[in-house]
Amino acid sequence: MVRNRTLGSRTFEITNVILLGLLLLSCLYPLWYTFCVSISNKAAANAGLVTIYPIGFSLTPYQEIINDKLFLNSFWISIQRTVLGTAFSMLVTVLMAYPLARPNREFKMRNTFMWILVFCMLFNGGLIPWYLTVQHYHLINTIWALVLGGGVPIFNVILIMNFFRNLPKDMNEAAVVDGGGPWSILFRVYIPCSVPVLAAVALFISVYHWNEFFNGLVLMNTSDKYPLQTYIQQLVVNIPVGTSLTPEQYKKLSELSNRTLNAAKVFIAMVPMLLVYPFLQKYFVSGIMLGAVKE
Amino acid sequence: MKRLGGVQKHYYLMLLPGMVWLVMFSIVPMFGIIMAFQNYNPGQGLLRSEWVGLENFKYMFQLNDSIPVLINTFIIAVGKIVFNLLVPLIFAILLNELRSMRYKKWVQTVVYLPHFLSWVIMATIVIGIFGYYGVANTVVKAFGGHPQLFMADAGIFRQIVIGTDVWKEFGYNAIIFLAALTGVNLNLYEAAAIDGANRWRLIWHVTLPALSTTVVLLGVLSLGNVLNAGFDQVYNLYNPLVYSTGDILDTWVYRLGLQNLQFSLATAAGLFKSVISFVLIYVSYRLAYRFADYTVF
Repeated sequence: MVRNRTLGSRTFEITNVILLGLLLLSCLYPLWYTFCVSISNKAAANAGLVTIYPIGFSLTPYQEIINDKLFLNSFWISIQRTVLGTAFSMLVTVLMAYPLARPNREFKMRNTFMWILVFCMLFNGGLIPWYLTVQHYHLINTIWALVLGGGVPIFNVILIMNFFRNLPKDMNEAAVVDGGGPWSILFRVYIPCSVPVLAAVALFISVYHWNEFFNGLVLMNTSDKYPLQTYIQQLVVNIPVGTSLTPEQYKKLSELSNRTLNAAKVFIAMVPMLLVYPFLQKYFVSGIMLGAVKE
Repeated sequence: MKRLGGVQKHYYLMLLPGMVWLVMFSIVPMFGIIMAFQNYNPGQGLLRSEWVGLENFKYMFQLNDSIPVLINTFIIAVGKIVFNLLVPLIFAILLNELRSMRYKKWVQTVVYLPHFLSWVIMATIVIGIFGYYGVANTVVKAFGGHPQLFMADAGIFRQIVIGTDVWKEFGYNAIIFLAALTGVNLNLYEAAAIDGANRWRLIWHVTLPALSTTVVLLGVLSLGNVLNAGFDQVYNLYNPLVYSTGDILDTWVYRLGLQNLQFSLATAAGLFKSVISFVLIYVSYRLAYRFADYTVF
């Protein structure tokens, strides 16, 4: 890079470093703030005194959480859902991507299937027909509603398919000559060669399952069946929707919330993401690039 | 050729689980769309409910809140599209200008993080910060102002929605620009600098043109989102006090359908959105193909 050390250039650089530092802090602060509120003294937190460091110190919220059956239960449901949902989606997605990555002459119905997929990706029946369908399958209140609800993200099928198509053709031919059938080619050649994309897609799917709250809200009728995000959502947004409300009532409602306890719950819900994040970082960058750039 | 025929059978077998899922959870619900043209009665079911033609659509547009809801959806969605393109673009350019690679890595790692936290978590935090007892009001008080009910103020709700969305996603959205920048020929900077270009000129004449195709492509592809204002975010941030400016199609359909149990009306509203979005996405893909050679598959 060219280095021209003029005054203007120096000023630009310093401003830039400071500006980006502020952006960095803006992304960290909310997490830090939540943590501070969660370990602060209840009265100080409720009065809004906590800003950049904890005031007082108390672990009571965390002790309360350890004894909160409903919270732990929803945490466990989220773990189950994420593991089962990711396994299910990955298996189905990879199995679909392989035949669709075959050239037309090798798999004649490819284009037909492709059009069905793209149509289903772009068009849907809407909320109510979807809800009534799931209800009709008697999946309401079961973990399968959550696992299958995430289902087959078609965009991911296309992403993996595009990656498969860009693998060298000779590899496939060599495997055929060696007597490999479609199943062994997929599992012993294609999958081992595609670890980075598969990791990225698995990451996207598991983040989706961990973060999803709406299916939990709509498809589960009792709070002991809620996944973690739905449980947390119920804590915070407890204003009965559809009722009219005055600003005064809104203020009263926000006074009622137990800020330290809620912050502790939110913080715990973030922890799994914060723990895996450093390890997954390298995958998602390549992941979205693979989705965006194609030969 | 015989061998190829035998292989096809396996291909169908591989597609089977996915197709079964697609039929069950995507195609079957599409038949539910006929509810939009009926006065659907759960007791009578899809086949025996009374047909009303386009009544539900007419009724929908006669409702007091349908037009404001459409306007809100459009304003919030377009605001997000514009700022989610501009802010990451500027951020990527600034990041690209950093000399210290270590610092650059740190910034990148941290700003991607909010993307991976759910709107449930993020909304909780946003409400915590902008709530009556939140930090924002502590600052307001420190400067001698009166505490505000930010989250209950219909006048600024859209700005909060657009602002927090841009804040949550700008780092993540910048990845694609940063990737485009890695492809820029460094000689171009060298040559421009020799021609006497300063920092701003280098950005203007080298960096920006390198990103222009990506910007156009992303802009075109976002066309399909003009009715997608973000259900998760708005649902978790709003309250009855800000319905007038914050209620969007998706939240409206949710309340209409699953809370007021007006199945037919909600389905009609949902269908209205699906059809318009479908057409727009189709058009945007065609445009992207024509101008940037972009195809989905």
